[in-house]
Amino acid sequence: MSPLALDVAHLFAGGLVLVSLMLLYQDRMTGLINIFALHALVVSASVAWQAYIQHAPHLYITAAIALVIKAIVIPLALHRIVVRLGIHRTIEPVVGIGLTMLAGIGLIALSIMVMLPITSQAGTLAREDLSFSLSVILLGLLMMISRRNAVSQVIGFLSIENGLILAATGARGMPLVVEISVAFSILIALIVIGIFLFRIRERFETVDIHLLHEHRGEQP
Amino acid sequence: MILDAFVQLGEMLVVLLFSPLLVGYVRKLKALLVGRRGPPMLQPYRDLLKLLRKDVVLAESASWLFRVAPYLIFACTWVAAALVPTFATGLLFSYAADMIAIVALLGSARFMLALAGLDVGTSFGGIGSSREMMIASLAEPAMLMVVFTVALLAGSTQLSSIAAFMQGPGVGLRVSLAMALVALVIVAIAENGRIPVDNPATHLELTMVHEAMILEYSGRHLAMIELASHLKLLLYVSVIGCVFAPWGLAVSGQGLAAYLTGLGVYAAKLAAAGSLLAVFETAIAKMRVFRYSDFLGAALMLGILATLLLFVSRIAA
Repeated sequence: MSPLALDVAHLFAGGLVLVSLMLLYQDRMTGLINIFALHALVVSASVAWQAYIQHAPHLYITAAIALVIKAIVIPLALHRIVVRLGIHRTIEPVVGIGLTMLAGIGLIALSIMVMLPITSQAGTLAREDLSFSLSVILLGLLMMISRRNAVSQVIGFLSIENGLILAATGARGMPLVVEISVAFSILIALIVIGIFLFRIRERFETVDIHLLHEHRGEQP
Repeated sequence: MILDAFVQLGEMLVVLLFSPLLVGYVRKLKALLVGRRGPPMLQPYRDLLKLLRKDVVLAESASWLFRVAPYLIFACTWVAAALVPTFATGLLFSYAADMIAIVALLGSARFMLALAGLDVGTSFGGIGSSREMMIASLAEPAMLMVVFTVALLAGSTQLSSIAAFMQGPGVGLRVSLAMALVALVIVAIAENGRIPVDNPATHLELTMVHEAMILEYSGRHLAMIELASHLKLLLYVSVIGCVFAPWGLAVSGQGLAAYLTGLGVYAAKLAAAGSLLAVFETAIAKMRVFRYSDFLGAALMLGILATLLLFVSRIAA
């Protein structure tokens, strides 16, 4: 594999980590959804490039699914949900962007340090993809625990799935059936979460999930 | 050796002569962009000459530090600017001082300036110094991370070797370099007090940083500080040009023609950077003081991320 091909693969995978950090940096709903669309676009470009250099045509289908469903359909749906919920102009109180970003950088360092030694037998592309995808997954989890708005949590969840796709691409030989079923379960999860969001709103007049905590049944 | 000394001497003169012109050019272009005529491009030279002829007015509470600081600031900045290969590599001193030394020299100049701002004891100076230090505490680590990124790639912290490496075939397409460039541009904007962070054209007390610190200065002291700030802008432009656009640098041993070409290319680079800066500053509004940490924090994050990503790609390569 030529150095340039590896460099481009590295460019896309590294770009995906950067876009994950940008997701953490956003404090407006509309911006967050747009950056998520960019996230899906980068993951689709990365998968398409790896399909080209690995000569694996079925990966093109994965890239196309990522492009259509996650870069176009889901962001449009989220925009509509956000407008209908009336929260498209709200600025979300994020607990200290600087602190969250530092934690994110720490997670990236951690995943690189964990992944590089254990994958020493694998090919260069797989090692790179695995360490970056672990970072993307951890950053998505960080997004889910550091945000209070349910829509941001949905976006965190969807970005985790993008990380999984990156890992699967590098690992070689993930069957297409699995890929398609994962994509559709994500779509169904989005529908369920969307219905759930409206239910929360009807009940509590807001999508701030902190209000749910009173109903956990842990109070004495 | 003799040639290196001459190149070094030429370099020191070039940065000194070009820096007010760059500032004048940016001011003129900004004025034209908002539909005004603006002062002529040579105005900064005239301002400096006028200030040099004027008497110094000292505050009663000023100590010796207040009088010494302008010369030290100017000297540190001038030496730092002369260490950056602008039109030719192979400078005499570049083997004794690398990028980290340049960062350290600029740090010393900033330290002197903050002390001088505090010295007279007015509240303005204090505010300016504390804000400058707040900016520096975020900008300096970001700058060092950029230095580390570039040094890890090029295998050296010498600007001459980095420029040679960047021109070679071994660079490839690297996402780390793009991140380092963005981080360096953010640091340069913040360090020079350009628009999203500080407005160099106003004396509005709520927002100013650099102007607040030098409010008590006059005469030749002010001339020294102004010239040092012009030099600092030129220095950052030269560092960006030398690391990320190292074309046209004359190499030691080539003839006079190479040096003249290098000089021409350098002037073109300055003009391009000045135009970009003027357009950027016209298009954007100043930021609140409380948002500086987000802006510079992004630069720091990019710098760290660039270094981290490099570890993966170096192992892969």
